[in-house]
Amino acid sequence: MQPFLRVTGPAVPLPGANIDTDVIMPKQFLKGIDRAGLGDGTFFDLRFTGSGEARADFVLNQPGWADARFLVVGPNFGCGSSREHAVWGLLQLGIRAIIGTSFAGIFADNAANNGLLLIGLPPEVLAEIQRVAADPDRNRLTIDLPAQVIIPQPGPEIPFPVPPLRKAALVRGLDAIGTTLDDAEAIRSFEAAHLAAHPWLA
Amino acid sequence: MQPRTLYDRIVDAHTVRRLDDRTGPGAEILLYVDRTVLNEYTSPQAFSGLRDKGRPVWRPAAALGVVDHVNPTAAARVAAMPDPGGARQVAYFSENCRDFGIELLDVLHPLQGIEHVVAPELGFVLPGMVIGAGDSHTTTYGALGALGFGIGTSDIEHYLATQTLVYRRQRTLRVNLDGTLPPGVTAKDMVMALIRRIGADGATGYAVEFAGTGITALSIEARMTICNMAVECGARGVVMAPDAAVIDYLRDKPRAPTGALWQAAAAHWLTLRSDPDAAFDREVRLAASEIEPMITWGTSPDQAGPIGGRVPDPQAEADSGRRRDMIRALAYMDLVPGATFAAIPIQRAFIGSCTNARLSDLREAAAVLRGRRIAEGVRGMVVPGSSSVRRAAEAEGLDRIFVAAGFEWRQSGCSLCLAMNDDVLAPGERCASSTNRNFEGRQGAGGRTHLMSPAMVAAAAVAGHLTDVRALGREA
Ligand code: SF4
Repeated sequence: MQPFLRVTGPAVPLPGANIDTDVIMPKQFLKGIDRAGLGDGTFFDLRFTGSGEARADFVLNQPGWADARFLVVGPNFGCGSSREHAVWGLLQLGIRAIIGTSFAGIFADNAANNGLLLIGLPPEVLAEIQRVAADPDRNRLTIDLPAQVIIPQPGPEIPFPVPPLRKAALVRGLDAIGTTLDDAEAIRSFEAAHLAAHPWLA
Repeated sequence: MQPRTLYDRIVDAHTVRRLDDRTGPGAEILLYVDRTVLNEYTSPQAFSGLRDKGRPVWRPAAALGVVDHVNPTAAARVAAMPDPGGARQVAYFSENCRDFGIELLDVLHPLQGIEHVVAPELGFVLPGMVIGAGDSHTTTYGALGALGFGIGTSDIEHYLATQTLVYRRQRTLRVNLDGTLPPGVTAKDMVMALIRRIGADGATGYAVEFAGTGITALSIEARMTICNMAVECGARGVVMAPDAAVIDYLRDKPRAPTGALWQAAAAHWLTLRSDPDAAFDREVRLAASEIEPMITWGTSPDQAGPIGGRVPDPQAEADSGRRRDMIRALAYMDLVPGATFAAIPIQRAFIGSCTNARLSDLREAAAVLRGRRIAEGVRGMVVPGSSSVRRAAEAEGLDRIFVAAGFEWRQSGCSLCLAMNDDVLAPGERCASSTNRNFEGRQGAGGRTHLMSPAMVAAAAVAGHLTDVRALGREA
């Protein structure tokens, strides 16, 4: 996966609680066996009418927010279905980080596994970033992951927390499976003891 | 040793090693996962990843493949998928299961069904297990005393290659449900009442243990309904302490252990519970006796209320964010504040899904429908949770009750729960549904979903509008 160091670009406000993965990636885009073409499906019903025209009232279709790199979202973003297609589609759309207050668990794991940075902030800090994102003259941000800061222009830097292991994986773009397989011996011996103690699982 | 919750005990027993120096919630560990269930739509890219890297599946016998999301449910079963995407997924899935040595229940298999219905009825899920699988409703397995949780495709690949997951310990939430449900009120209403109470993110970041006399009084199938839908309030894993009813449920299941192994296993399973003085990070209490039949009115599962209520008024909501979400939901649902729930007309009635399509669910719906007809202008569908459920229901004549009432008696699959096959709501159609998600577009772009229990769906179908099943009475 692509490492995340320092990324600059427009932020888009997408308020509203509980934006679910059905809305992020509708079912008709789940029929593939690869990851291709999911950028087109992302927020499909919000971005396009039934006949395929861009909805002018949707923020991502408006000039001030084109080429968005960051979403600024409401609570519990990514709830619902486990479909990782939602994360793949967001990345294909160019989104590199999502700033909110809380994220659904499976979505957060999927994001971490694909290098999509999730930033959780207290509601009052988020509200300020929402205001910045809503203003096309001010909505370019830089996110510096090694330094763990959001840099608005202008404005003071906003620090954010990120779990150390997740940060390391994102910064280095690590293949988690390869790392775990370095522990294959430990897994094998754990497994042998586990199945011996619970022989009905063997 | 410190007193531990059941969740902590299961996680401890599956910890291969710690990945950081933390111990409580948020600590990262390498977690051994006993089993998984795979489906055709979240697994393809995981298998492709293994193929690209030339990695084998660590323990093929610990995985089970089931085709359920994209297959049609028309009465006449055929192997062919109606659309090229579904056909490609099913073909690739069977190729993957064959090449990697994984057992597959394909569309024509007599045990085919929705993964969360099939795995328990096979005895593939046992107490004390950790099961991570590529579908959010894997929480269902908590009803059997297994820790079940959904994972994405990257983690499916990680599991297949290593038998483990890089796992973050959750905080713990105990939901205490004490007392007795009133007649006509079901496990579905219990979990819907919980979600309404704590919100769609009420359990985000938590593993949930359900406990109390209101839970232990329930059948195992009813407990599965609760664990299944607990993911709709964000639960990242669910457990219930296995009791004698779980042991009875598992006895004689095809894949359950037998003989001396069964004796040893059952004795061990009954020890799986939270220590009496274990501390939970949070506790919630609900009285079963106060729960009423529930319906959803909005587009998030917590936008719900008892059937006797009215559509709420966003102007009465103090929180501006929630007010905006309500206005949006009511516009999508085409509902006006103040309207009585029981007057909302429907065009579709759906009894199905991994939440509510087991035999006991079909019995409850049939009890309402016996001797009745669905209303003019309503299309009703029953999609059994598995082919085994379908056969069992036919053996006791439930299919004839549904058909006589005007319902379509269909084959098993996810069907209209997520409308990835050809079972789809038309834009603007309104559906009384025994499923678990009322999201915008979930059952079809522009479709409107009201979640409720199977008995409430049956009652709505008969009335032609949402209605209190208790008013309709039963002729069981
Ligand atoms: S029945 Fe619905 S919720 Fe259950 S696995 Fe299928 S699509 Fe998912």
